[in-house]
Amino acid sequence: MNHEANFEQTVLGVAGIVIEELKLEDVTPETFDPDLDMIDEVGVDSMDLATVALVLQDEYGVRIDEEDYPKLKTIRMIAEYILENSPVKT
Amino acid sequence: MKTVSSLLDFHWYQRYQNISKLNIRSSIYDVTNQCNLRCKGCFFFSSGEDKAAREETDPEKWAAFVDSEKQRGVNLAILIGGEPTLCLDRVAAFYSRMPTYCATNGLIKVPRDRFADMMVGISLWGDEDDEKRLRGKDTFRISSKNYEGDPYTYYLYTITPNQVGRTEHIIKKIRDVGLKVHMQLLSNDEGVDGFYWRDGELADLRAEMDEMLDAYPDTVISSKYYHQVITTGKMLDRTFGWAECPSVTEPMDTRNPQPRRLIRFIRRASDLETMHRCCTSATRDCSTCKDGAAHMSWIMVNKRAHMRSTEDLQNWIEVYEMFAKLYQFIPW
Ligand code: SF4
Ligand code: SF4
Repeated sequence: MNHEANFEQTVLGVAGIVIEELKLEDVTPETFDPDLDMIDEVGVDSMDLATVALVLQDEYGVRIDEEDYPKLKTIRMIAEYILENSPVKT
Repeated sequence: MKTVSSLLDFHWYQRYQNISKLNIRSSIYDVTNQCNLRCKGCFFFSSGEDKAAREETDPEKWAAFVDSEKQRGVNLAILIGGEPTLCLDRVAAFYSRMPTYCATNGLIKVPRDRFADMMVGISLWGDEDDEKRLRGKDTFRISSKNYEGDPYTYYLYTITPNQVGRTEHIIKKIRDVGLKVHMQLLSNDEGVDGFYWRDGELADLRAEMDEMLDAYPDTVISSKYYHQVITTGKMLDRTFGWAECPSVTEPMDTRNPQPRRLIRFIRRASDLETMHRCCTSATRDCSTCKDGAAHMSWIMVNKRAHMRSTEDLQNWIEVYEMFAKLYQFIPW
């Protein structure tokens, strides 16, 4: 898969996990703005992030260090982090 | 999808942003098993927690312990006891390493040359008569002299059923010595006669707490939503109790399903090993627990549940601000 398609897939996958885990309403992976600030706009807190991080780890095999949470402000940033740290390079 | 900015105007959104990234992770530490008072209704002594563990006395072990707590991600140490000011070296082990709050009865003054900006919360249980009856002496007379005008000190006023209709006298006394006050409710762990909450009293008290906040906004650190939640035990459509409590020691929290809770929270005894179930006594009945910090945290860990409406989210912001002010993460 080329890099761009892979990135788009990851963004959609992360959005799906965030929607599912945080039980967000009225939004789909396709309509979730990947640049929306998770704390300032979606209202997530560190417990939410920890929950999401666990599922992302299962799904992508990428462990997200807690110290890195502040860097992961948006779905796009999470997707980039996953691709950078993924054990499976595509 | 509801977003924060879609619910708040510019002014409220700025208030939200001032607190949204604070990420406060507190834990509670029993500094000592000793106290220079023996109050009726003190959960620490009434539940035998003072005998649960032998105190660690080696200062180096305290220092190493605080370092390991920091590693664990704790960034606010809440020191209780017994009476922490009886062991100032242990208090210093915390204060020199992380933001620290020291709960005290105020009989001993924390030396400000050693603890310049450490937050101090002085316990107060009512007026002169109640204090004498429950604590053996009028502690306010001594603590107010020790801490008059101190910019890092507030009174933690535990309101008893006896105090309903009489809180203004106390609030004024505190204002007159240039200090602040935060209010919480007695749980009456020792079943002291005459100190049970009767029907209707809590509703009256809620109205009175609201009035005090309106009348003395520069003295009272509080929020009306906190008054509502602590006097009713209800938040949104939910009821406070064991299944919802956020202040349970994390490694001892076997609840399934897990409610939203304080991450990393542990209450540790003064042997630096033994853990207590929660921020108060394990013998307390959760269904009647009035613990102020647990109610406050209950609101705080449920932010997104408060994104139902503008009013709910504003209520949440006010409670979070109250908490942040109590530990001066934001200024008074
Ligand atoms: S001063 Fe505090 S620790 Fe000491 S007996 Fe009273 S409530 Fe308990
Ligand atoms: S006694 Fe209060 S603070 Fe402790 S677990 Fe029960 S509800 Fe929570």
